[in-house]
Amino acid sequence: MGADQVSELYPLRAANVAARVFDGEVIVMNPADSSLFNLNETGTAIWQAADGTTSLREIVEREICGVSEIDSDTALADAEEFARALAGHGILLLRTEPA
Amino acid sequence: MSGLMGKLNQRAAERGIPLSVHIDLTWACNERCVHCYLDHDDHSELSLAELRDLLDQMAAAGVFFLTLSGGEIFLRRDLEQIVRHARLRGFDIKLKTNGMLAGAKEIAWIRELGVHQVQISIYSHRPEAHDAITKVRGSLHRSLRAIRLLRDNGVHVVIACVLMKSNATDFDGVQSLARELDAEFTIDPTITPHWNGDRSPLSLNISRDELSQVYSKESLVGDVAAFRALPGPVDDATLDGTPCSAGHTSCYISPHGNLYPCVQFPLPCGNVREQAFTRIWRDSEKLREVRAIRARDLPVCSGCGHVGSCSRCPGLAYMEGSMYGPSGADCEKAFVRTGLPTANMLRRSGLVQISL
Ligand code: SF4
Ligand code: SF4
Repeated sequence: MGADQVSELYPLRAANVAARVFDGEVIVMNPADSSLFNLNETGTAIWQAADGTTSLREIVEREICGVSEIDSDTALADAEEFARALAGHGILLLRTEPA
Repeated sequence: MSGLMGKLNQRAAERGIPLSVHIDLTWACNERCVHCYLDHDDHSELSLAELRDLLDQMAAAGVFFLTLSGGEIFLRRDLEQIVRHARLRGFDIKLKTNGMLAGAKEIAWIRELGVHQVQISIYSHRPEAHDAITKVRGSLHRSLRAIRLLRDNGVHVVIACVLMKSNATDFDGVQSLARELDAEFTIDPTITPHWNGDRSPLSLNISRDELSQVYSKESLVGDVAAFRALPGPVDDATLDGTPCSAGHTSCYISPHGNLYPCVQFPLPCGNVREQAFTRIWRDSEKLREVRAIRARDLPVCSGCGHVGSCSRCPGLAYMEGSMYGPSGADCEKAFVRTGLPTANMLRRSGLVQISL
């Protein structure tokens, strides 16, 4: 999965999930299958910025590269893997156009 | 409890975060269950505006798991607005209802809003037995209709079966119904005193033999031999342990805004109309006292062989006279489960003297 492709993704938190910042990290419950997730710091930053209008590339540049040494291609690839995993669980939507 | 849930609870307890809150929206009810512990009079329920403000405060305090119950919640005409606001604030929502007033319209918004779970009490698969407990003819039929509609709409339903003398042998029938309806099934063999202190509902409790039958069902308790095994030795970790989540990571709020450690623990700790939710949660002397109690502080239970495996409810103990005391219902369960007499039983028989 190349970085160019990643830049076209616009993550959006699924409407029906429950979520709360708990002790600095987001916990998410998917009521559809009762699965519970505890996102780490990076996952929390992506989750909180996933408004459907900001691209994953912008989120990574602002929330991850801006605060860590990680190079942007690696960060973007990791972020996409993470976002696709959450999308697979139905708690994040990945759009190819901004909402 | 799943690994992640256990970790969340532990972190919440360490950080003083109220992870779960149960709110009764009303005590009014369209059933009159024989074992009900509530009084159904209106004592000025929290309004929609007050509830919205409370939910905002709770979200800011870190509450995640929200149970909305009653009374019968569908008697509140603003229920949908309350649930909508709760969803806006990100809560994981569980509703407890008898479902009798839940029609297609209500179930559509329950589904739309992503309510996690709806719990409905079913006492028996036999209409005459269920309806005799609720004192409403046709109530089983109406509750089952709601369950079917909820399941048809993909909503997770839990069927809760409280056992008492009149339905003591009906749990198999209710469990089969739950299977047929693709609903989760839970059973509760404990009848509790009325909140006003009246202990007469306890006469409805099932007998030891009946409880023993429940404890012999693999479908209810899992590995029967392990479940009924004698308790292991009591160690320091057990004696330093806290009893349950009440007041530590969870609390209960009545329709009138009174905050208690648990719906089964009527120790008044403050009122959300008079003080901010967080203020009560953090500063209530009563909650601090509840939180400070360790098993080793309990005069009877600390000397009981069951203390590490007993489900002792501090709320029931409180209703029996002291939150430091044993809970008679849990003593019964521990004894019936294992056959080993409890410290409370020995004390009562006069064989052992314990000063309280
Ligand atoms: S043990 Fe009793 S007080 Fe504790 S959470 Fe359970 S019902 Fe509430
Ligand atoms: S069995 Fe009774 S006396 Fe023993 S720990 Fe449980 S509540 Fe206390």
